[in-house]
Amino acid sequence: MDAKRELLAVLSTDARESVTDLSRQLDLDPETVEELIDELEADGVIHGYQAVIDWDSINDSHVSAFVELNVELDRETGYEEIADRIVKFPTVQSLRLVSGDYDFAIEVTGESMQDVSRFISEQIAPIPEVTQTVTHFIMDTYKDGGMEFGDRDRDDRLSVSP
Amino acid sequence: MRIAERVRSVPESGIRKFFELAEERDDVISLGVGEPDFSAPWAARTAAIDSLERGRTSYTSNRGKRELREYIAADVARWGLEYSPDEEILVTTGASEAVDLALRAFVDPGDTVAVHEPSYISYVPGVRFAGGEPLGVPTYAADDFKLTVDSLQKSGAGDAEVLILCYPNNPTGAVMTERELSAVADFCVDNDITVIADEIYAALTYGREHVSIATLPGMRERTIVINGFSKAFAMTGLRLGYAMGPPEGIDAMNRVHQYTMLSAPTTAQFAAIEALRSCGDAVEEMRSAYNRRRRFVLSRFSEMGLDCFEARGAFYAFPEPGGDDEAFAEELLESQGVAVVPGSVFGEGGRGHLRVSYATGMRDLKEAMNRMETFLDDR
Repeated sequence: MDAKRELLAVLSTDARESVTDLSRQLDLDPETVEELIDELEADGVIHGYQAVIDWDSINDSHVSAFVELNVELDRETGYEEIADRIVKFPTVQSLRLVSGDYDFAIEVTGESMQDVSRFISEQIAPIPEVTQTVTHFIMDTYKDGGMEFGDRDRDDRLSVSP
Repeated sequence: MRIAERVRSVPESGIRKFFELAEERDDVISLGVGEPDFSAPWAARTAAIDSLERGRTSYTSNRGKRELREYIAADVARWGLEYSPDEEILVTTGASEAVDLALRAFVDPGDTVAVHEPSYISYVPGVRFAGGEPLGVPTYAADDFKLTVDSLQKSGAGDAEVLILCYPNNPTGAVMTERELSAVADFCVDNDITVIADEIYAALTYGREHVSIATLPGMRERTIVINGFSKAFAMTGLRLGYAMGPPEGIDAMNRVHQYTMLSAPTTAQFAAIEALRSCGDAVEEMRSAYNRRRRFVLSRFSEMGLDCFEARGAFYAFPEPGGDDEAFAEELLESQGVAVVPGSVFGEGGRGHLRVSYATGMRDLKEAMNRMETFLDDR
C-alpha cells in the first residue's frame, strides 16, 4: 500500500489521529504527513472530517429519510444539472446517481417527519425534471460510517497469555 | 496421588504469576496477550454457525476434512510449499497439538531436542513430556534474535536428533531471511537433524514475505511444517492447526492423533474452510493494522530511549530496558497498570527484555505507551 492510501485507510477509521501519531504509525516524518494531507485536501480527495453520530441515543429531534427520485432528461438538462440544483439545499445530506429502478438516491434530514415531507413536496417534487419521489423514513440505524451502533464487544481475552 | 516424574520435572509456567497479578486489578491495559484482539472474520463465524444448524457435529476423517486439506495445500503454495492433501497434510486441534504430535512421533526417550531461546513456552515442556532432553540454543539481541550456526555449534546442537524452529518468533517478533535460514538448513542436513518448523505466524510479516525452511535444499524430507488458523485468522479459541511433511512423517503423527484426538474439532474445520475460501481480505486488513501498531510502538520506544530491535513478524516487540526484567514488569504493572511479559519467562536468552504484544487497539496502545514513558521518566 502506498503512503497516501494507507493514510486514507487510517483517517477513514479515525479522522482524529494527530499528525504525530500518524507519522509514528506510517513511519513517515510529521512534515511528510502534513504535506500528504494538504495534497489530499487540495486535490478534493478528502472533503472533510465528521463524527459518526447515533442521534437516537441523545433523544434529539432528528429525522432522516432516503428518497428515491426519478427524473426525465431533455436536450438541455442532464443528470449533472439536476444534481447541481439539489445539492445546494443544506437539508440534503447525500446525493447519488444510482443504477436500477430509480435515478437518484437522496438522504435528507430534518427536525420532524413533517419537516422532511414538506421539504420533499415543496423543494424537490416541483423541480420540472422530477417525475416521481418515494420517501423512506429511517426507523432505526444499526451501522453507519462503518461503525456498528450496538453494544461494543468486550475484550474477553485472558489478560496475560503465552 | 503419585504424579509421574515426567510431569513433576516441568515447573508451572512463569507467565501464570503475571496473569494473576494482572487479574487482581481492573484498570490494567494488557500488552501481555499472545493472541489477536480481532475476532475471527464474520464469514468464517457464520460458516461455523451454519454447520451447527445443519447438524454437522460428527467426527471428520482423522486427517481432517479433505476439502479443508485441499484449501490448505493451495494456500501454503504462496510460500513455495507443495504438499499433497491426501498424504502430506494433517489437520490438528490447534498448532499446539501438531507440535506435541511431532515431538511424540520423532523423539525417543533420551533424544536431544534443540530449542532456540527465547521461544514459546510450550516447547521445552513438550520435549520433556515426550521423554526427550531439551537443549537450549541461545539467540541474541545483537543478531536480532535470529538463530545462527555459531550458536547451534557452541551449544552442541550437532548431536541433537530434532530442532524446533519458530520464525516469525514468539516472543521476539524476529524473522529470518532465506540466506540466514540456508545456513541453519545446511547445519541440519550435515548433522541429520529433523526440523519441527512452527510457522504459526507466517502470515504476519512486515516488509518481506515469510520463508519456510522446508523450501530449502535437502530440507523437505526432514521437516514438519506446522501452521494454523489462530493467529492469521484470529481463531485461537476454535483450536485449529495443521502439520505438513513427507508422507512417513505425517503417517507417524497421524498414528498418535488417531488414537488420542480422533479428529480436530468439526465446527472449527467448517470455519477454516470458509476462512481460506473468502477471508483473505480480512487477514490483509488485520496485517496492515498490526503493521501500523508495530511502527507506532517501535517509534514510541525510540522516543522513550528504550532499546528495541526492529521486529518484523508476529505481533510482538521485544525491548530491552536492562536490569531485572521480572522486577521491571512487576513495577510497571504495579505503578502504571500496564501488563507486559518479562523476557526471561521465554528462556535464558530473553533475560533483560520484555515481550510487548501490540495485538491491542490503537487507543489502549497509545495510553499504554504514555504510561510506560511516565514509568521510565520516574525511574
